[in-house]
Amino acid sequence: MKTQKNKKIKSADVRGQKGESWLYSDVVKEHFFNPRNFMHYDEEKKFKFNATGRVGSPACGDEMVLWLKIDPKTEKIKDCRWRTFGCGSAIASTSVMSEMVKEKGGMKLDDALKITPNDIMKRLGGLPDRKIHCSVLGDKALQAAINDYFRQTKQHKRIITAGAKVIDKDLNITDHDIEEAVLEGAHTIEDVQKRLKVGVAKPEAKEAIEELIRFYWEKYFS
Amino acid sequence: MLPKPKKIKKIYLDHAATTPVDERVFSAMKPYFMKEFGNPSALYNLGRTAQTAVTEARKKIAGLLHALPENIIFTGSGSESDNLAILGVVKAHQHKGKHIVSLGIEHHAVLRPLEDLAKNGFAVTYVPVGKDGLVDVEAVVKAIRPETILVTIMYANNEMGAIQPIAEIGREILKYRKAHNTIYPFWHSDACQASEYLDLDVEKLHVDLMTLNGSKMYGPKGVGMLYLRRGVSIKPLILGGGQEKSRRAGTENVPAIVGLAKALELAQKDKAKESARLRELTAYFWKKIQEKIPDVRLNGPAIGESRLPNNLNVTFMNIEGEAMLLYLDEYGIMCSTGSACTSESLEPSHVLRAMGMPFEMAHGSLRFTFGHSNTRADIDYILKYLPAVVAQLREMSPMQSQKH
Repeated sequence: MKTQKNKKIKSADVRGQKGESWLYSDVVKEHFFNPRNFMHYDEEKKFKFNATGRVGSPACGDEMVLWLKIDPKTEKIKDCRWRTFGCGSAIASTSVMSEMVKEKGGMKLDDALKITPNDIMKRLGGLPDRKIHCSVLGDKALQAAINDYFRQTKQHKRIITAGAKVIDKDLNITDHDIEEAVLEGAHTIEDVQKRLKVGVAKPEAKEAIEELIRFYWEKYFS
Repeated sequence: MLPKPKKIKKIYLDHAATTPVDERVFSAMKPYFMKEFGNPSALYNLGRTAQTAVTEARKKIAGLLHALPENIIFTGSGSESDNLAILGVVKAHQHKGKHIVSLGIEHHAVLRPLEDLAKNGFAVTYVPVGKDGLVDVEAVVKAIRPETILVTIMYANNEMGAIQPIAEIGREILKYRKAHNTIYPFWHSDACQASEYLDLDVEKLHVDLMTLNGSKMYGPKGVGMLYLRRGVSIKPLILGGGQEKSRRAGTENVPAIVGLAKALELAQKDKAKESARLRELTAYFWKKIQEKIPDVRLNGPAIGESRLPNNLNVTFMNIEGEAMLLYLDEYGIMCSTGSACTSESLEPSHVLRAMGMPFEMAHGSLRFTFGHSNTRADIDYILKYLPAVVAQLREMSPMQSQKH
């Protein structure tokens, strides 16, 4: 994953003169050592959710899974759980993001989609420059989970496809979706559809999807 | 949640990064900071005292390496010595050929100069290492071409402790030269990690050039040396005064040179005993880790003759190294990781990658390097917290591990 430079954010990569202060801000430290809302082993079967998103891969150093419990009437995020493979800042970013979407009775989906890496970082009290990419995964996971919710509830038009190439306009399937599916082992168009929980794709999109599957398969597995 | 210790114990397990200065080394250095501060090039008494100190240090080191005093060039670091060896040979001999043989697991002080040369018309062959990090002697010999002017291979690896068959490679290079009636290739080894534990006799290793430094053997930082066999010519990188027989200009760092000699003397004197002690510690630690933590892998050679006795490099599957490091730091435990998250480049360890290790396994590696101060009690302290740290991070990880 590439580092995003953002000079406006004050870097917290400063150790105190006495060598006692932390590489990260106190908020990062607090969330890292006492992470909120992660999926404990004993909750796996009990936690009720209606949307989930997985982004990243261990090979690029970060992977995150997010489970959301969304109230269909108010479209508010009532609860969430997460699991993250990554460094201290990736874990702290996820934890703080999970707190942001849950607090004050739950964030509305439209507002949650507006959360940027910057918002997460501000709340963390900054991240060292070369750690900024770690906070990007949090909002990506959130977007993936909310997209999953839209897909499950047949609101295909609401699926956010910013920054990605839309392959199937009706179902709003993007090249990113296909990449993620392939990373999870999808090998055919049926595998991809099964993973995205969508029906038959448009005939004209089918060829493009198959081509992308081949592309990502070769990229990652050959 | 994680257990809280009653008292935090500071445990330093990063001796491959650097070592503290030994008390005896510091005592030997002390007079040369303020009292005997003269410039060795000066002719008056104060200068001569400094000159004598440098000469004695040179003799002592030469004796320990089975070399002659004029074979020893003092430098400012291990990195500088590596650069001087590679670029110094290249400057003097590039008209004879533009090919170098090395390994992908070398220290950056070797790799960066080689990359630079590769951009300037040189060809570099990186002989692959096995999954255990060891190179095959025959593969090295096969990589030598008529235009090869230098073979540079590290004695022992800083990350996963693989000890390369330096003496055997040296013998094969001698045979090659004889068979082809040539003085090439020259043979350099970076021995910075070896000085505490391994034999540095240059006649047994057959090296033409060898790098050592102070900061890995309880000596001072900011000093290194290059052994240069008589008859091998190099061109200097630093020009100025005629110090080090015009092979490295700059006023001699007298206290550091004195410290380097003392440190090497102590290291070589104690190496058998300390190696045996540390090998037992690392073997014990690894055995306990396997008992207490599922899904772990030892990176590098098996514990034994081919591995530095103080090195333990372990991958804890499905979690990331920096996160482990930060938790362990809270308990006072200091070690390092091959994860990308701690490197400036955001790339995982090039050493583990060169051994064919997938990215995610390199990300989950921790390196513990033991030293003088460590005891079995340190390991028992770590074992109180390490399993809990791993368990907590695994519970937070989206990849499934065996549960505890």
